[in-house]
Parts: sequence; structure tokens; C-alpha cells
Amino acid sequence: MKLLRPSPKRPGHDRGNGRDEKNGGGAPAKPTTKDHLVEGTASTIGWLDERTGATPILRFLLYRKTPYTNWYYTLGSATLFAFLSQAVTGVFLAMYYEPDPTRAYESASRITNEIFLGELVRGMHKWGSTVMIILIFLHMGRVFFFGAYKYPRELNWLIGVVLLVLVLMMGLTGYLLPFDQRSFWATVVAVNINASGPIVGPYLADFLRAGAEFGPTTISRFYALHMLAIPGLIIALIGAHLYLVVKLGTTAPPWLKAEKKDLLTEEV
Amino acid sequence: MADPPKFDKKSRYTEGRGIAGAFEGETVTRRRVMEGGAQLAGLVAISAIALPGLGFALGPVFEDTIPTRWQDVGPEDDFNDETYVARVINLVPDVGDPGKTTVYVRRFNPERDTTVDGQDDQPYVAISTRCVHVGCPVRYIQASQKFLCPCHGGVYGFEGQVEGGPPVRPLDRFYTRVTGGRVETGDRFSLNSHFERFSPRDPSNHLDGLWQYLYPSRPTT
Repeated sequence: MKLLRPSPKRPGHDRGNGRDEKNGGGAPAKPTTKDHLVEGTASTIGWLDERTGATPILRFLLYRKTPYTNWYYTLGSATLFAFLSQAVTGVFLAMYYEPDPTRAYESASRITNEIFLGELVRGMHKWGSTVMIILIFLHMGRVFFFGAYKYPRELNWLIGVVLLVLVLMMGLTGYLLPFDQRSFWATVVAVNINASGPIVGPYLADFLRAGAEFGPTTISRFYALHMLAIPGLIIALIGAHLYLVVKLGTTAPPWLKAEKKDLLTEEV
Repeated sequence: MADPPKFDKKSRYTEGRGIAGAFEGETVTRRRVMEGGAQLAGLVAISAIALPGLGFALGPVFEDTIPTRWQDVGPEDDFNDETYVARVINLVPDVGDPGKTTVYVRRFNPERDTTVDGQDDQPYVAISTRCVHVGCPVRYIQASQKFLCPCHGGVYGFEGQVEGGPPVRPLDRFYTRVTGGRVETGDRFSLNSHFERFSPRDPSNHLDGLWQYLYPSRPTT
């Protein structure tokens, strides 16, 4: 992060003007390896910055005034990390998994039993999903009990609610994929609960099953929703969520009084 | 007095706005028309991609994906009218085990059975094991002559009528017929608590009274 701050005085800056006080006006110091490294890094960053204008954006994102915070403020970042972990392990699982009703169970058990570290990666994805949902609810509880959903942050609360629903949909669509007895019947029940909604319910169930019964394309439909459609929406909404966090700033805990200005404006 | 020429009068729209290059009487500039046209063209181009994609995803909602198939479940001698015999039929072809389901079959019993719709056109009673609460498989217990659901405690009587728990209507049935001395099962149908026949509905869909209009028949069944 130091690299984003104003660039340091470069070696040889005063070279040749004969008025360098430190060197007594003699020959300029020979640049050391460290000087070369600093210079190289600075010029690389300068090259990028000149062409992208990234510095003001990064300053806007990273150098914000934040109030006194505590560990509860890390729950949102923890949720984000859980999502990234799910995304990475999910991509690797997709390399071995086959979303076909006659192959799904075999390929999932092959991941667990035969493929090197498959049990670990599948376990990370499975337990990570539970951890993510727990973290979301803890994060939501922090925002609720700290009053951080109030003006002007109502929209961010609404985006968070949509994200919660999307993550629960990830849980639902992912649960079918191992295609064992438990996941099959749990999904049968879940789809039929969808069907219990008046008027639209039966059509929604038909959409989820791709027909009136669990058919040959039901599992690939769940797979496509699980790894393409819903994650895309989640990534987009996480972007909006974080933008609003940066734009509106972090709320102070409710026990901090406004007159304690030194705490409220402490720069982190 | 003759009418003045059509474009003789100053248009209050053109004049008021001071639109550069507008003909007299023009209320919309050519630039605005071109902009609208470009936006319309963009809309058409996006629709040309999005609508087929959406239709592709939603297509199965509007077509009958389970064709009628009559399936042999055994000779007539296998069945009686006092107890059910479990048989496995293939409900969805080409998906292996998930496409199979158990049906409980017995002969129609004129003394004990309520006739469906007041008719006895079904020589056999073939009861679906799909619980009409949320779709777990029910099991027939001969000792108590009841169907029991393991998931949430649904209880059905000898004819599949609800006797306890959360189910909303009697167990679904399959059409039956006898061909060459062998019993065959066909399409599924649903019943309400008065044993009136409906096209197949999902579990959890009420079919009594006004409820039946909240859970309409769908193109898939």
C-alpha cells in the first residue's frame, strides 16, 4: 500500500546540479541494488497508473475514513472470503463432476474416494457452504443490531437480502448434485414445497424439474443454475454491495457518541 | 372563407423549443427519430437473442414431457381386492433408477371402494407412492391397512384417503386396464377428497372447493 502513496524521492534526483548538500557537492552516489528495485517498481506502477488512472480509484476504495470498529465488522469480509473459497473449490469440482442422472453419483463418489485430495476439496465445498450461510446470518445480525441498515444504507440492506436469497438458492441447487438418496429426496421435497405456492407454484416446479417429473435434464438444469446463473448474479450484486459500502462508509457502533470526534474519524 | 394552408401556421412546438434544423410543423426532430430508431433496433437485436434463450429454458414448462405408456405389472392372478401388491414401474424413461417408482396395485373392491367420479371404469386400483404432502415415498402397512409416510407423518387409509398428518388430498392413482389377462398401468391422475378426478397435480396442491382454482392444470401433465 505504501506504493500508492506519493512516490519517494528518486535516487539521482539532484544529480549534476552541484548543489547537493549531503554529498558536499561532489560526485553523485552510485545507485544501489535497492535503489534500482525501488526505481523499477515505481516506474512500473507509474506506467500502469498513467494508462489506467487506477490510483484515484484505489485511493477511493482503500483510504477511507472509518470509525472505531471491532471484530464484528469483519463478518462481511469473512462471507466474501467464504464465497471466493466456494467459487475456487467449485471450479475444481466441476472438472471431475458429471451432471448426468446415471453418472452423477458415480462421479461424485469418485471425487471423494479415488481422486487425489478430492475428499478434501469436496469437503471444503460442502462444509464451506454451511459456513458461508452461518457467516451471512452473523453479518446480517451485526448490521441489524448495530443499526447499520438505517439511512442512507437501506438499499445496501436490500441488496444483502437478495444476496441471502441467492445464496440459499445455491444451497438448494447444490444439494441435488451428489445425487444420493438424501439429496434426491430432499430436492423432491424442496421442489414440491415450491409447487405449493398458489397459481405460480406448479409452474415454478415444472421449471425446476424441466417437466412434470424429475427427468433426464433436471440435474443438468440444477447444475447450470448452481454454477453459472446464480454465481453470476451473486458476483454482480457483491460488486454493488461493496460499491455502496465504499461510497457510504462504515457505520460507527451504536455506543459511540457523535461528540467523540477523534474516534469517529480515526483513519485506518 | 378558405382554410389557411396546412403549414402556414407557426407550430408552437417547434417555435417554443427552438430546435435547430427542424422543419416548420415538426414536433419531433429527425435526430430524435434516428435515436429512437437506433434504440428500437437495439431492442430488437437484444430480444432476438434473449427471447429464444428464455424460451429454451422455459420450454419444458409448456410441453408434456411424460408420454403415455401402458406398463405391464403382472397377470390378473397376482392381485386380489383385499390387499395391495407392490410393483415397480418406470415413470421416466432413460434416467435409470431415479425414473422408477413403486405402485401399490389391487383389484377394485365394489364393497369397500368409493367409485371415482361415480364410475367404476377402473378394474384395478393402482396407488402412487408419492405422498401428496411434499412427495416422499409412502409405504403400505397391511396390518393396519394404512399408507404411512416416513417424512412428516402423513397417514392414508385403505383407499388412499387422508386420515392424518399434513397431506392435502388422497394419494394419486394410475389409470389401469387389463389386456390379454395382464394388468397394465398408464397415466397418473389426482383425486380430491370427494374422489373426483383431476389431471395430475403436484404434491401439496389442494383440490377441494375453491383451492382447485389456485392450483391449475398445467401443460406438462
